[in-house]
Amino acid sequence: MNKLFLVLAIVLAAMFAYAPVLIVHAPYEATMGLVQKIFYFHVPSWMAMFTSAFVCGIASVFVVFAGRKDADRVAVAAAELTVLFGMVGLITGPLWGRKAWGVWWQWDARLTSSLVMWLIFVAYLLLRKYGGAGSEKLAAAVALFGMANVPFVYWSVNLWRTVHPTTNVVMTLQPGMRGPFWFCVAAIMGLYVLMLLARVRLEHRRAELEQLYLAVED
Amino acid sequence: MQKAEGKRQKAEGRVLALVLVLVLGWASGGPLLAQQAPQRTPAQEGFVPVDKLPSAQEQLPAAPLVMAAYAVAWVAVFGYLISIWSRLGKVEREIQAVSRRVEAGGRR
Repeated sequence: MNKLFLVLAIVLAAMFAYAPVLIVHAPYEATMGLVQKIFYFHVPSWMAMFTSAFVCGIASVFVVFAGRKDADRVAVAAAELTVLFGMVGLITGPLWGRKAWGVWWQWDARLTSSLVMWLIFVAYLLLRKYGGAGSEKLAAAVALFGMANVPFVYWSVNLWRTVHPTTNVVMTLQPGMRGPFWFCVAAIMGLYVLMLLARVRLEHRRAELEQLYLAVED
Repeated sequence: MQKAEGKRQKAEGRVLALVLVLVLGWASGGPLLAQQAPQRTPAQEGFVPVDKLPSAQEQLPAAPLVMAAYAVAWVAVFGYLISIWSRLGKVEREIQAVSRRVEAGGRR
C-alpha cells in the first residue's frame, strides 16, 4: 500500500511540476483567450467521470446478477470517484461558461443531463450509506441507470442544440494544444486508476475487519 | 464668562450663516437644475448607428476564473486522497485492535 501511495505521490508531483508549465505555454484560443485554459482540466475530469461511471456500472452488473462481493467493492469505489470527478467538471464548467457564454449555467441538454447523471451517482452513495442492510443490490440497479446515461450525456451536444461545444473539439485541437491536453488526460486518468485501486483496497480491508468482528462475536 | 458667551454666539452665527447659504443655494439652484433638459441617450433618439453602440464585450477578467477552476480540481483530488489515507489508517488501526482481541481470546 505504501508503494502505491509513493507512486501516487510521484505522479502528483510530476503533474504539479509540469502540467501548469505545459498549459501556460500552450497557444491561446482565438475567441476565448485565457479562460479556454480551463479546458485542460475540465475535459479530462469528465473523461475520468465517464470511465468511472462505466466501471461502476459494469461492476454493478455482477452485483445484480451474480451477487459478487468483490464487484460490489469496485462499484462503490468507482461511484465515489464518479461523484468526485463529476463535481470537478460541474464546477470548472460554469467557471469557464461565465466568461465564454456570459452565464454560469444554462439548462440545455448537455449541462442538464450531466447534472442528472451526477445526481444519480450521488443517490447511489446515499443509498449505500443510509439504505441499510441489503441496499447493495438496489444501489447497483441505480448504478446501471447511471451508466446508461453516459452515451446520452456524451452525444447530447451532437443530438440537440446546446451552448456547449460538440464532441469534435478534442479531435480538431490545434497542434500546440494537443500535447498539453493529452498530458493532462494521461495524468488525470493515471491518478484516477491509482485512486480507484486505493479505494478498492479500503473496501477490502473493511470487509476483513467485518470478518474479524464476526470472529470475535463467535 | 463673557469670553465663553462670545464664543458661543460666534459659533451660532457660523451655523446660521451655513444654513442660510445652503437654503439659498438650494432655492436658486433647484429651479435651474429642473429647467435643464434631460440628457437623451442615443437609444432614445430612435436610431443608433452600429459604430456608435456601446461596447457589448464584457470586461470580466479570465485569470481568477482559471485560477479558481484549477484550485477546485486540486483541492478535490488532494482532499479525496487525504480522506482515503485517513480512512485506511483508521481501518488498519481497528484491524490491529480486533486482531489482538481475537488472539487474546484464542489463548484462553
